[in-house]
Amino acid sequence: MIRSLRIISASPLSLIGLILVAVIVLAAIFAPLLAPFPTHNGSVVDFAFANQAPSARNWFGTDLVGRDIFSRILYAYRISLVLGVVVLAIAVPIGTLVGLFAGYMGGWTEAVLMRIVDVFLSIPPLVLAIAVLGVLEPTLTNAMIAVTVMWWPWYARLVYAIARSEREEGYVLAAEVIGAPTRHIALREILPNCWPAIITKMTLDMGFVIIIASSLSFLGLGVQPPTPDLGSMVAEGARYLPDSWWMTVFPGLAILAAVFGFNLLGDGLREVLGVQE
Amino acid sequence: MSPVIRILARRFGISLIVLVGVSMLIFAIARIIPGDPARIALGPNATAEQVAAIRAEMHLDEGILAQYGYFVRDVLRGDLGTSLYTNRPVTFDIRQFLPATLELVILAGILMVGIGLPLGILAARYRGRWPDHLIRVLTLLTVSAPSFVWAVILMLIFAFYLPLFPVAGRLSDSYDITRVTGFLTVDTILAGNWGAFVDALHHLILPSVALALSGIGQAARLTRANMVETYDKPYIEMAQAYGFFPSRIARSYAFKPSLIPSLTIIGLDFAAMLGNAFLVEAVFAWPGLSRYGVAVILRKDLNAIMGTVLVIALTFIVVNIVVDLLIAFLNPRIRHSTRGAAS
Repeated sequence: MIRSLRIISASPLSLIGLILVAVIVLAAIFAPLLAPFPTHNGSVVDFAFANQAPSARNWFGTDLVGRDIFSRILYAYRISLVLGVVVLAIAVPIGTLVGLFAGYMGGWTEAVLMRIVDVFLSIPPLVLAIAVLGVLEPTLTNAMIAVTVMWWPWYARLVYAIARSEREEGYVLAAEVIGAPTRHIALREILPNCWPAIITKMTLDMGFVIIIASSLSFLGLGVQPPTPDLGSMVAEGARYLPDSWWMTVFPGLAILAAVFGFNLLGDGLREVLGVQE
Repeated sequence: MSPVIRILARRFGISLIVLVGVSMLIFAIARIIPGDPARIALGPNATAEQVAAIRAEMHLDEGILAQYGYFVRDVLRGDLGTSLYTNRPVTFDIRQFLPATLELVILAGILMVGIGLPLGILAARYRGRWPDHLIRVLTLLTVSAPSFVWAVILMLIFAFYLPLFPVAGRLSDSYDITRVTGFLTVDTILAGNWGAFVDALHHLILPSVALALSGIGQAARLTRANMVETYDKPYIEMAQAYGFFPSRIARSYAFKPSLIPSLTIIGLDFAAMLGNAFLVEAVFAWPGLSRYGVAVILRKDLNAIMGTVLVIALTFIVVNIVVDLLIAFLNPRIRHSTRGAAS
């Protein structure tokens, strides 16, 4: 752990990523303490300060009804991060198990499971999420369901490729020879070799989940107002370009900063853990 | 039988299975909708008789398998039902809106390959030196924001502050072009109106760059990673020992074998643009599938949702087949193989 931290810090780019991610996660956790206007995360109106450009009072300006954009971004980060964690916590185990058994067992299990994965992968991710949200109501929970539905196949494919190549390795054959049960070989022998790739992908995917979730709410299919969300803030502000540029530019840059941080960190982890792209 | 034909046959077989699966998935998504589809179609004021009539017409009283059977039969006939939103056949609506989206996606795909691959080659050739680091940071930045953020930023800079490009739309109002294919860049040429062609292209540039940016980054990163791996192979050392120019080694020896593994992912990225086009279209008021898609989703217009997803999935599958064919042609091991096709 400490060794990994030292290796990550050795590369300046990964260090920047680590710091960005740490700052954003802390800011999200302590949003109620850090936000200059903590009440602005709901449906507050303050018309006296509506549509203000960035100033000492409102660092990132205010929106149409006078809410502080900096405070709302801090609260929006909470939603993005929780969404990312929940989606990955469900999608990763499902995808990993499917890929593991398809890759190790081969034959019919492989054919059936991987064709199902192919089906999910042959609809563009965003379109699949949009279709799922199309039949459900646009809420935070349903957005999580929609993103999870499109996410697990990627882990299935990643783990499948590793498990398939490990299947022929000596240690797996040895375990088979001594009569170890399939479940033991898959979970105890092959799975540990998949962890580096899975962890790296999870770090990079935190960024991608934030992108997809903000895309859904940008289209009006995700988190609903007045709850602050980076995507819907950009969509709302885009109507007032170019005059009220701060309404779109700051939430947009907030997405960029978070995803960039996770990507830099993921790239660094890839080197530490020796995972191939 | 030539190996390329064998791969083609195998690929079509798999695609067919996937397509059947996609139709089941779309059907399943449409059936988990809460409430009675007939009631949703008619609205709250319909009488019980009207609902019963629509239920019979939509075969809702029969078994789920029979319903799926009717769905497949209609799709095979090219009948995707009627949209509740526009009151027109879904196929008509899609034909109306799809060309604008495809035009955007195709230009973005060309940009992705045309800029992404050279950047990746450059980074790999100067790996570990400053051009590599610069390209790494730039490409990581482009993949770190959704296309709608790039769309807004590009629009702000290149349409508002420096008014180099139009803010919205596909064509200036002063041009009146007869729609033949729906692709304005093609239709303007067919009409022989070069001014309109330039105008259509001018409108296309900002949205397609916004759509392409993350794909460019992705393609460059992938190409670099695969090429760096190839550079470690003994035959590259051999070529260096012969004293070949670095540019020749990069072009003729390191790039080609690296292209093959990159292509599959680039194909997937290209197809993913069909989804991201929704976001860019919303920013630039581009009259493509997006506005239609979002509108029908918010109205729970079942036929239109299923039709749109089906058409996009079909396009996606076609792109993947084309990519696989391309790989088969590029890879001498497959092209000249006399044994079974490599899977």
